[in-house]
Order: sequence, then C-alpha cells, then structure tokens
Amino acid sequence: MTTPRPAETPASATEATPQPTDWPLWEVFVRSRRGLSHTHAGSLHAPDAEMALRNARDLYTRRSEGVSIWVVPSAQVTASSPDEKDAFFEPAGDKPYRHPTFYEIPDGVHHL
Amino acid sequence: MNVTATPALPLGDDALILSHRLGEWAGRAPVLEEEVALANIALDLLGQARVLLSLAGDEDELAFLREERQFRNLQLVEQPNGDFAHTIARQLYFSTYQELLFEHLAAGESELAPLAAKAVKEVAYHRDHAHQWTLRLGDGTDESHARMQHALDALWRFTGELFEPVEGLEAAPWPTLHDTWTTRITSTLEQATLTVPEGPQRGGWAAGAGRQGLHTEPFGRLLAEMQHLHRSHPGATW
Repeated sequence: MTTPRPAETPASATEATPQPTDWPLWEVFVRSRRGLSHTHAGSLHAPDAEMALRNARDLYTRRSEGVSIWVVPSAQVTASSPDEKDAFFEPAGDKPYRHPTFYEIPDGVHHL
Repeated sequence: MNVTATPALPLGDDALILSHRLGEWAGRAPVLEEEVALANIALDLLGQARVLLSLAGDEDELAFLREERQFRNLQLVEQPNGDFAHTIARQLYFSTYQELLFEHLAAGESELAPLAAKAVKEVAYHRDHAHQWTLRLGDGTDESHARMQHALDALWRFTGELFEPVEGLEAAPWPTLHDTWTTRITSTLEQATLTVPEGPQRGGWAAGAGRQGLHTEPFGRLLAEMQHLHRSHPGATW
C-alpha cells in the first residue's frame, strides 16, 4: 500500500466492513396533533428502540408533522395474509347496515 | 468587505464550518437513516451560521470570499470527518460546549440572545444524538469501543480552545462553562465504558488558535471545496 494511512485511523480500519442490514426494521407511528390517534407513517432501520425514535424524529417529523411518535419492531407485527383476503373481508362487503351512515351528524362534530 | 467586530463572527464560523463537514457525509453515511440525521444537524448549524454571519456582514461574502486566516472558527470543527467515531466525538465535544454557551447567551440581553434561545433546543438534540452514539459505540463491540476511544483521544487536544474567552464575550463565565463541560463529558464517557482522555487540551504549537485565524492543514482543502463554485462564477444566481 503506497498511500499512507491517516494518523487517526485505527489499524483495523480496512477490515470488517459494517453490515447496515443487520439493523432491525421498525414501524413508525406519528400523532400529528393532540386528540388524533397515531397513524402509520412508514418504516426505518435502527439498532435499537431509542435510536429508532430519534431516526423517526429526523425522517418523519422534521417539518412539524407530529407531537408524538411510537416505534414498533416490524417483526412484532402480525399481518393478515393476502390468501385469506376473501374470508376476512368479503363478507362485510354487502352489509351496508353496519355502516353508521343513517344518522345526521350534528354541526360541530369533527373526526367522527 | 465590511466586517463588524462582533462575537457573532467566530460563533457563526463554528456553525458554518461544522455544517460543511457534516454535509460531507451526504452519500457516504453508513446507513440512510444516519445520513438524514447528520444532514439534519448540518442544516440546523447552517441556519445558525446564516443568522450569526448576517450580524457581522454579508453572509455570502463572509462565507465564500474570506481567506483562511480571516476565519475565526475553532480548530475542532474543521477537523476531518475521519471514521464515524471521529465525527461523533467531534460532535459530542462541540455540541456539549455550544449548548452551555448558548444557554448562557440566551439568558443575557446581547444581540445574540434571540438566536441562542432558539438554537439551544436544536443543539440539545445534536448533543443527545452524539451522546446516544457514544454510548453505543463505547459499550458496543471491541472494535467500536477501540475506535471511539481513539477518536476521543485524537480530538482531545482541540478542546482547550473551546474555553478561551471569545472576543466580545469576555464576561461569560468561561471557567465555569469548562467545569460543567468536563462534568458532562465525563458522565457520558463513564456511561459508555470509555476513558476520559488524559493529556493537554491544547497542542504545544498547533491546536487552539483558530479564534486568531490560525488553522490546521485540512482546513485549506475544506475552504477550496466550499468556496470554489462561488469564486468561479461571481454573482451567479439560481
């Protein structure tokens, strides 16, 4: 090697390239303002929960989008399977009487 | 070039130069999330630099048309990014200092008080970011521990300059700020299973004269990169 190594680099600097993909995935939920519920905003990689919160702050709330953040390990999310879509969701399709649409909403009621 | 004598100039130079250094991570950070975090800190600092330099003169002229010897930033902030541990050590040392100084300025009535009051919240986040990473690198693997300790040791000799009274801010309680800084740094490093570096906080001949316009070798290359576009195309606009 002809290039001198910078003085501040430890001897092992050229070995062991870090593997960023080792970091687990986290789902991010952001509450945009008081009174509303947390909404899924996206996902990110982070080494642990504390860093995930901070990354979420930088990625999803830097334009004042939020007042509260939750992070959840993606591995902890149990999702419905696309194969079960029909059994899960289709029976609800022809039952309009389950929708609360037969009421007049009083003036001044929001977020209903 | 009209330059008003104000402490906003050295403090603005600190923010400008560290912002540029952090910006050098764009496209090179270990992971995308960390790249955004570093860029976010860089942009906070750039915002501070714009306000501060505007108090001293024309911000663009000051940033792009001064020579190396006219910059008043600390030598600490011009140090190269090195590995990630170096960037984090530099940030820990600087943000801890900047938070203490801005807390002091925010409580006063100088022209710097409004900026300091706003910036101190940003800086608290920068310090926390560096603190969190110091804990993880120090108390992580053997490799990360060794690198973090090495970075802390290598940059230690630039920390004495932080507490040389800034011209125009001689009344600030510099020895007290230094004591509090040492307490906070010690607390973080102990938590991270790292050792507070021993040895002088300034080099015999080099470190600690940035406020007088004396800079280290890497600063010239930083300036060349930062200024070349503006100097190559004077007066160019978007």
